Amino acid sequence: MTIDELTGKTGEWLRGVGPMSDVVISSRIRLARNLADRPFLPTASATERTEIYRCLADTITSTSAGSDALLVDIEQTDTLDREVLVERHLVSRQHANSDGSRGVTISPNETRALMINEEDHLRIQALRSGLELDALWAEVNGVDDTLAEHLAFAFDRKFGYLTACPTNVGTGIRVSVMLHLPALKLTKEIERVARAARDMHLAVRGMHGEGTDAVGDLYQLSNQTTLGKTEEEIIGVFSETIVPKIVEYERTARDSLVEHSPYQLDDKIWRAYGVLVNARRISSEETQSLLSPIRMAIHMERFTSMSVAALNELLLHTQPAHLQKLHGKTLEGEQRDIVRAEYLRSRLAL
Amino acid sequence: MSLVCQRCQQSKATVHITDTLPDKRELHLCEDCAEKEGVIIKQHHQSTNEILQQLIKHKTGLGASDDLACPNCGMTFREFQLKGQLGCSHDYEAFKKVLDQLIERAHEGATHHVGKVPAKADETVRRQAGLLRLRRELQEAIEQENYEHAARVRDQIQALESV
Ligand SMILES: [Zn+2]
Ligand SMILES: [Zn+2]
Repeated sequence: MTIDELTGKTGEWLRGVGPMSDVVISSRIRLARNLADRPFLPTASATERTEIYRCLADTITSTSAGSDALLVDIEQTDTLDREVLVERHLVSRQHANSDGSRGVTISPNETRALMINEEDHLRIQALRSGLELDALWAEVNGVDDTLAEHLAFAFDRKFGYLTACPTNVGTGIRVSVMLHLPALKLTKEIERVARAARDMHLAVRGMHGEGTDAVGDLYQLSNQTTLGKTEEEIIGVFSETIVPKIVEYERTARDSLVEHSPYQLDDKIWRAYGVLVNARRISSEETQSLLSPIRMAIHMERFTSMSVAALNELLLHTQPAHLQKLHGKTLEGEQRDIVRAEYLRSRLAL
Repeated sequence: MSLVCQRCQQSKATVHITDTLPDKRELHLCEDCAEKEGVIIKQHHQSTNEILQQLIKHKTGLGASDDLACPNCGMTFREFQLKGQLGCSHDYEAFKKVLDQLIERAHEGATHHVGKVPAKADETVRRQAGLLRLRRELQEAIEQENYEHAARVRDQIQALESV
């Protein structure tokens, strides 16, 4: 498996399936870990950093944690391929753009990505479509156990797993759920989500947003605290309390649109389709915004000529790095917008 | 072109919504009003650095933390303030005076880990302390070209590693 082979496919987390997948695009859990006998990265020398990278990469690829995984040495990877990994949510932007020895191991179906030398020595991440937190926890917990048979992770009786940033100390767990909330936005009720999140001490932020507005009506909900609660308690807040609540808000808002303003709703859907299938140049951000009502319409069975999986593929393949990889050469911004519009027309014509 | 917020008629409109159902078609609002109108979510998340800065401002006597330094990795508290990241696992002890309060604040009052404990926790704690110290010692010995001592330290490291 190579990055080139990944580019043409979509990962498991974009299949558009799983519990509550009409609203929950994907869920992710990551654990932060550091080798007990090494300094954290801010004070590690270049040599130590390389030793940490080799030690972790060797252990991961020689155990069930990643014996079938693709190991990407990010330092040796070109900018476009790094960007492909960011667009696929396999590595953070910080990990792609920083310096020094670092990498990621990626499982064949892309549900598991272990980042080496990001902010901590190791970030064990698992990602799936829909709300699948219990399965994700079983997976990252198992990987952690496997690796701990061969490696000692920095741990303290009082503070738990020790991390470079004290905001991750304790469990080192970060749970995040990506939500698609177009109806709450249209009905001007998105503040209900912010309030619900705040009550539970969770952070909610718009996805890929440059400014204040969430692009494509995508929001990410994640825990802010990692100490003083068990992993199961932290996960339980998402799977039992807040996510079902927000999903209910969004479904109610969708129902209310159908009941009170069906023409406006269909108008919005079909205008979005009209632009996507006729535009001669289009930005990645506009593409995401226009695909949003169509995604909602597919789930509401008001738009039946495309599957969610196909829409997710469009969403991924129209992002700058994927577009250029699929086109086979690097393109400047203006040129990209033209190629993107051509691609959308070829894929969307009914 | 700079629009004024339609709601408060005062601040500059920075949020532009072209579609809301069932009523209006266009909205130009400032960030605060957009949040009150329920069309955006404002970020309330505080970074560690912000929490840290606030803590230092509000608690007296913490200015003295400036000269705290970790004997193991050499990281000073001031450097930590700037980077927001610690230098090694010993820093949790070295900066305890300030860090304990920061951690409590960043984690909604929690002070103790209650989650997963690695199978070999006690061994881990003992080894990490020993190995971190010995590796530093080895590096220093090599820098000072004291190869005899370096060899001894290396043997100690290997012995600890093979446990
Ligand atoms: Zn205003
Ligand atoms: Zn230190």
